[in-house]
Amino acid sequence: MTSIAGISRRGFIVGTGATGLTIGILSACAPGDKDAPADAGPPPPEVNAWVHIGTDDVVTIRIARSEMGQGTLTGLAQLVAEELECNWDYVKTEYPTPGENLARDRVWGDFLTGGSRGIRTSQDYVREGGAAARMMLIQAAANRWGVPAEECSAAKSIITHDPTGKTLRFGEVVADAAKLPAPEAVTLKDPSEWELIGKPVKRLDTVDKVTGKQLYTTDMKMDGMLNAAVKAAPKRGGTLKSFDAEAVSSMPGVKAVVKVDDTAVAVVADYWWQAKTALDALPIEWEAGEGSNFSSSAFEADLIEGLTANEAFVGNKVGDVDAAFEGAAQVIEARYNAPHQNHACMEPMNAIALWTADKCEVWCPTQNGEAALAATSEAADLPIQQCEVYKQLLGGGFGRKGATDYISQTVKIAKQMPGTPIKLLWSREEDMEQGFYHPTTKARCQGALDADGNLLGLKIRISGQSILAGIMPQALVDGMDIVVFQGLLPSGVDPRVEDQTIKYTFPSLLVDHAMRNPPVRPGFWRGVNANQNAIYLECFMDELAYAAGRDPLEFRLAHLKDSPKMAAVLQAVADKSGWGADDGLSRGLCGFYSFGSYTAACAEVTVDDDGALKMHRIVAATDPGYAVNPQQIEAQVFGSFVYGLSAMLHEEITFEEGEAQQKNFNTYNSMRIAEMPDVETLVMPSGGFWGGVGEPTIAAAPPAVLNAIFAATGKRIRQLPLKDQALR
Amino acid sequence: MATLKINGQVMTVDVDESTPLLWVLREQLGLTGTKYGCGIAECGACTIHIDGQAVRSCVYPVGALSGEEEITTIEGLSEDGSHPVQQAWVELDVPQCGYCQPGMIMAAAGLLNENPDATDEDIDAAITNICRCGTFTRVRKGIHLAKTKKA
Repeated sequence: MTSIAGISRRGFIVGTGATGLTIGILSACAPGDKDAPADAGPPPPEVNAWVHIGTDDVVTIRIARSEMGQGTLTGLAQLVAEELECNWDYVKTEYPTPGENLARDRVWGDFLTGGSRGIRTSQDYVREGGAAARMMLIQAAANRWGVPAEECSAAKSIITHDPTGKTLRFGEVVADAAKLPAPEAVTLKDPSEWELIGKPVKRLDTVDKVTGKQLYTTDMKMDGMLNAAVKAAPKRGGTLKSFDAEAVSSMPGVKAVVKVDDTAVAVVADYWWQAKTALDALPIEWEAGEGSNFSSSAFEADLIEGLTANEAFVGNKVGDVDAAFEGAAQVIEARYNAPHQNHACMEPMNAIALWTADKCEVWCPTQNGEAALAATSEAADLPIQQCEVYKQLLGGGFGRKGATDYISQTVKIAKQMPGTPIKLLWSREEDMEQGFYHPTTKARCQGALDADGNLLGLKIRISGQSILAGIMPQALVDGMDIVVFQGLLPSGVDPRVEDQTIKYTFPSLLVDHAMRNPPVRPGFWRGVNANQNAIYLECFMDELAYAAGRDPLEFRLAHLKDSPKMAAVLQAVADKSGWGADDGLSRGLCGFYSFGSYTAACAEVTVDDDGALKMHRIVAATDPGYAVNPQQIEAQVFGSFVYGLSAMLHEEITFEEGEAQQKNFNTYNSMRIAEMPDVETLVMPSGGFWGGVGEPTIAAAPPAVLNAIFAATGKRIRQLPLKDQALR
Repeated sequence: MATLKINGQVMTVDVDESTPLLWVLREQLGLTGTKYGCGIAECGACTIHIDGQAVRSCVYPVGALSGEEEITTIEGLSEDGSHPVQQAWVELDVPQCGYCQPGMIMAAAGLLNENPDATDEDIDAAITNICRCGTFTRVRKGIHLAKTKKA
């Protein structure tokens, strides 16, 4: 049993709703209580407000993190409901708004949904919220019966007085419960007692998605709303010089042509199709800026120079790697690359804003509600307390919708048309041109082997782009970007990145980074740097195994003596796949740890005489510690594999003259069902830790496939994407 | 002016004939289940049925329709979500973000209209919709499951 103390100062309060009462662990003067006096003083920090129960027993669980398809809405609700002991059939969910969170002193904690943190960084306090609510409901029932609370229990939204068998429904006691003080301490269930956590329950948000009823922001309509289409400078660093509004102002439906800011122009019309048609016809002149001559092919030279540059940030250093190389019988070297890629969410960037002189409201898909609110305030030129953001379901996020550029644009347009709701929708072309692109890097990998095929030392030099330098320079430490080293970092050094550490033990190791930043806005792209770091490490480990004349599985396991969990997932996929079988399939392995979870994959492929790849099956394993919903984890394995394999096969954004050359899915292809291998998923929760789910497995698939291609052909492919490579 | 037969209803809209059917559905008629994804018939998010056949509506000028065609959108695929493909999708929890799923479902339903015994090879050939969440594994399973269901 886990006892959580320290919440006794929290009070429990009621907010009367239409169907019942709001239970939350709030202060006595919580702003959520609409009857509370306005001058009651600030609420205490770190209060919770997770559960609402109606008199009809309907349980509404508040979810702070954003749902973008990854299933976090359902998983977080399971965590709360497990401790609440409510009937799962009564559960629904809702988002509190970022404005409410601000007004309540961040009672719901962090809204940021990224880094596969949805569940693992809030599981403790959402479970506490559910447990506290349960204890208070039980207390309320006990008070009504005049019995000790210890004699009562709750299950499936019913409280039972165990000695007599008397029962009350949650809905019957919620009003009383809401008036009680919070429990002195909350006791969470031991994982062995979980009934709902770990069950493959269905998602809560499926039905409307199959009938077309599910509304995304772009489907919303408001009275008097106008539609906007936007174009920003297509060249890096470009600015808006001029445009000829007259030329399009009489086109059908056009209401206004507005300068959004120094970089973009928008057409506002009755309908979006009219706005886009007019925007395409609008004569626009752009001013070149820094980066407007940028060329990806020319930048290759910078990346290559970085591979051997003298100066580099050291991310991980073990032993005397120079001595290892001096004493080596065999030195192996290989160079890999990772190109720029775009998120390409199926739902392009969009938002709705309504601006008036004293208020600005925004409806939008966002992975970061609080950043969206801050961006709204800044663009609206209004205090944050006079702004509000209503989060909507995302039509895919993948990291792109953690940015707020599209929200700021919408507000800036709306500000020029006070009182008129403005819906901005980006075209797919705009989405491709104005990305926060997956950064480009190269790696020079070197390994030192002794005469018996033992690895003496490993060097990985990463050359290329830093995400933090591009969009969060304040997070650099003495100029170094630690995120570059995802999955390659030393354990036990920095608790903030303990979830991104390498699990191999090597006699000597040097991982360093020569930062070379192009004038291309980088971003966090599902899996982030684990994508290419897994390729660098795990394809090169494969190269070393072959060079050493050793079995790639045995070679890996020999360096995983200190990580039985990583060894376990690797062994599991090898066993399940039939590693070593002589069945006409070529197999490749990958094991990688990132976002706090252990993952492995074994790919089974064939490559025909013409070099055509067929991915038959991938066996995947993940150990995320605790598995809240195994069928959703399976879905995330499938999905992350598509995202990672699609990138490996097809995806590359190149820039020429500062402009992205791929404008739509005809030139920026995305994997289709015909290319999808069978995927067999082994969910192997070993307990005792909370790892991520949405991202970790993405890193495992491409290296496994690339290694299987080598097993099939004897030829290493080190340049991505594969569409440009001859496999034979 | 265009006259359209959509989900069994005859509708008249005042619209430029070059407007893609997608935007007539979404903006003039409020049938927002059909989605915009690319505008060049690459991704399939805008898939609807014209006379039972899956068609990408984002490049289909409304003026190319005679008014006699039976147009079906996701909203009209069934009255209550009971089309076999919809049933299978719910049973298998196919959607993730869901944005591409109306198009995916219409493509799957179109395939089964033409070929009730669709094989994996048929699915590979007919279902070319993009799903960035990566629901393909369950989409395939869902189509096979739908073959066993009745509306």
